[in-house]
Amino acid sequence: MIDSIDSIDGSSAIDAVRVGFSVNGRARHVTCEPRKLLSDVLRDDLGLTGTHVGCEHGACGACTILLDGAAVRSCLLFAAQIEGCTITTVEGIADPDGGLSTVQQAMQDNHGLQCGFCTPGIVVSLTAYLRDHAEPSDEQIRDALSGNLCRCTGYHGIVNAARQAAGRPARPTHEGDDQS
Amino acid sequence: MSTTSAGRYVGQSVKRREDPRLLTGHGRYVDDVQQVGTLHVAFVRSDVARGTIVGLDVSDAAALRGVEAVYTGGDLNPLIGQLWSTIMGPPVELGGVTPYPPPSVLAEGDVRFVGDPVAVVIASSRYIAEDAAQLVVVDIDAQPAVLGVHRAAMDEALVHHETTTNVTARVPMPEIPALEEAFASAAHVFTRTFAGARATNVPMEPRGLVVQYDQHRSKLDIRAATQSVHELKAFAARLTGVPESHVRCVAEDVGGGFGQKMMVLREEAAVILAAFKLGGPPVKWIEDRRENLMAANQARCESAEISMALDETGHILGAKVEFFEETGAYPPAAGGGSSTLAMGVFPGPYRIPMVAPACTAAYTNTVGKAAYRGPWAMETIFREQMLDHVAREIGMDAIELRRINMIQAEDLPYTTATQMVLENVSPAETLEQVVAMVDVPAFRAEQATARAAGRLLGLGIGAYVEPSAVAFGALGTDPAVLTMDVSGKVQIRLGTGSHGHSIETTIAQVVAEHVGCDFDDVVVIQGDTDTSPVGPGTGGSRTAVIAGGAAQTASVQMREKLVQIAAHILEANPDDLDIERSAVSVRGTPTATIPFAQLARIAHTAPEQLPAGMAPGLEFMARYGPPTPFTWSNATHACIVEVDADTGIVTIVRYLVSEDCGQMINPMVVEGQIAGGVVQGIGGVLFENMAYDDEGNPLATTFLDYLLPTAPEIPDIEYGHVVTMSGTLGGYKGMGEGGAIASPPAVANAINDAIAHLGVTLTDFPFGPSQIHAALHPAT
Repeated sequence: MIDSIDSIDGSSAIDAVRVGFSVNGRARHVTCEPRKLLSDVLRDDLGLTGTHVGCEHGACGACTILLDGAAVRSCLLFAAQIEGCTITTVEGIADPDGGLSTVQQAMQDNHGLQCGFCTPGIVVSLTAYLRDHAEPSDEQIRDALSGNLCRCTGYHGIVNAARQAAGRPARPTHEGDDQS
Repeated sequence: MSTTSAGRYVGQSVKRREDPRLLTGHGRYVDDVQQVGTLHVAFVRSDVARGTIVGLDVSDAAALRGVEAVYTGGDLNPLIGQLWSTIMGPPVELGGVTPYPPPSVLAEGDVRFVGDPVAVVIASSRYIAEDAAQLVVVDIDAQPAVLGVHRAAMDEALVHHETTTNVTARVPMPEIPALEEAFASAAHVFTRTFAGARATNVPMEPRGLVVQYDQHRSKLDIRAATQSVHELKAFAARLTGVPESHVRCVAEDVGGGFGQKMMVLREEAAVILAAFKLGGPPVKWIEDRRENLMAANQARCESAEISMALDETGHILGAKVEFFEETGAYPPAAGGGSSTLAMGVFPGPYRIPMVAPACTAAYTNTVGKAAYRGPWAMETIFREQMLDHVAREIGMDAIELRRINMIQAEDLPYTTATQMVLENVSPAETLEQVVAMVDVPAFRAEQATARAAGRLLGLGIGAYVEPSAVAFGALGTDPAVLTMDVSGKVQIRLGTGSHGHSIETTIAQVVAEHVGCDFDDVVVIQGDTDTSPVGPGTGGSRTAVIAGGAAQTASVQMREKLVQIAAHILEANPDDLDIERSAVSVRGTPTATIPFAQLARIAHTAPEQLPAGMAPGLEFMARYGPPTPFTWSNATHACIVEVDADTGIVTIVRYLVSEDCGQMINPMVVEGQIAGGVVQGIGGVLFENMAYDDEGNPLATTFLDYLLPTAPEIPDIEYGHVVTMSGTLGGYKGMGEGGAIASPPAVANAINDAIAHLGVTLTDFPFGPSQIHAALHPAT
């Protein structure tokens, strides 16, 4: 449903739209400019700042969310496009009891994050991928991560985390590990 | 293979306490600061590399509904008090010696690179600010750009008309008669030139800040993505004239920096001045990726000509190295920042009896040069490639050439030809460890078999010594304030800034280890100038070494006071007391135990129970400076690649690291830092190239053009550790940058090892598919 109502933000004569959708299990309604990116609506209008914007051109993957279950880049969608859709952001990934999900726990166990800025996109992408692919090979894991840029980890800990989350041993990180 | 001496916490791969909030979307980066009434900034930038501004009309932009202000250089530049960074020191006109570019936060009169900020628009939303920015009319009379260090150094045209030359640093080649004699009589003399590919740091979180000036309280409040809140605070005070005591800078979670967020760049200064001029509401600028790639400072625009003389057995007799560095238009600190320092590191872990260094650095009409992980990496990157070229020329194995020239344990301490004193390093040990990990004979057999089948495999080595934890001048020390509250819990306040470094975890490990408390009882506080002691921030591989030393010093003081109080209460000899898990007990008498909480309560609230003369309280301030200006760390990397002769595409088959960072606080974190650095270095050889065209237009302003390494291009990294304790308090060495220093030559040498038998080698980065293909197929 798109209403033509007065503009917001004190802006010029751009009509605003009203959009309804579900986020992390809650029904939400937002009134915004038609040109407003979904990533900006999630962050600015709904306060869900876990979705990060790293490039605004669909390349880095930090803004990845689940849209009706599929991992998509929220910086490439207008909020006006998602009327009636179901969205999960990184804030909705944790276990219902508030504990870390399997993917999140594997990321911590394997040092899959450093600065943490790309991390929400990695968590969401891996969550969707491992849901649909039970026993991925190393090559498949790396391909599945190819749409997410990380500048800190060299992907080393992320790939190990994906292995663990897929139920395989995370590869030992160094020979002769004497850490108990 | 590891010989870590693990304590209860130090030496353990403790899981990071930063992670749960970051994994669940509850980090707080600067753009997550959303205050009511915030105004948003968009910059108008030059699309011309060099030219005169002949028209600038902001009236339509200013008239747009929702626009609060549009400021140009004429509005903001006159407000500049001082514009300089603490680390580099003040410019000449303020009594310093550092050659800064002329001070401006916005272009005024002319533009000096594509991306040069010309105007700043402030509006009620970023969308409107960008709308308005499009309405600003900028008319520029373009002139030919000054490009390339060699051309710039000829001074045919000036980047900054306020100066008399583009040259920012020049060290002429010294005349060393003994070196000339060695070159004249040497069995082998070779000369090669090498070039880096201009790269940029690319923190995944771009730059950004929120600035609010409360004119009624003369209070300047800044929240920023910065590596150093105290640097930002001092800079902002000097910039605006607001007393430093009235400036507060806060950085919570920061999404990477790699040097780009160490010093304050011009856009950040412009936003500070704009918010200061405006007064009242918070003013927020979040850099977008195009801006970050086009205008945030860059690095690796360096090249060198190296001449090396060797005797008939392959021992290096001496070297001459002439280093060239393009500093761009507005380096945030000294022009020629690294070329003079780089010369000192050139000999690396080798016995090179004589070195003649020279360098030239010059301004160009491009983005300014700043530090990037391993700011003195290039001399190592070039030297390590030179060794492989030399080895091939004289028919010696490149590993053997390194082996016979490398500094051995018995040579230490070793003073290099450039007067650097190496000690507590293990270059030969890491070389042998990584060579064993590779199994070189097996690889050579595999390589020969592959070659016979038309496949191109190669092995490359890269070795370095790194002057980590630079400790002189403004970087000389780091502070720590350690307190135990009445309940027996511990807080440590640091002048550091974490942007991926795991400091909240690793420093808590150090404190828990040395106080004797539980890890969970320690909270690390940093990144807020109102609560953190003054320190230079996090960068230069310094935090574990120097802040770790401060944390350890304060922790030992706290522990000693707790023991004294317990000894008094228990009527025991302090030497008979043990500290374990936040309690003090008499050795052998477990029933005689006092928990920290009880001791803390006594220290804070019952001074009459303290030993005579002891001051109440449990607050300790320590400042630590390492015993030497550099704490040397070292590593040797090895890389095995396969080059596709038809496409020029390189596949990294194996990547191995043997490193020595002394006592590891947290091996998991150490390996994470190495992996990140290695992959940045791989990117700098294979993918990343911030190219400019002949008119000074940047050609890589999106992630579709500026290619970062992605997961499929990267193999598992194999680690070996050699532990040689440093001379610092904890035995730690800095290891944040080394991964990025040794990986470029390891990859480059592997590629050349794969293709050299075909009669071609490469010396200028990037070694991308097109460059390799062109080398292998020169006719096509």
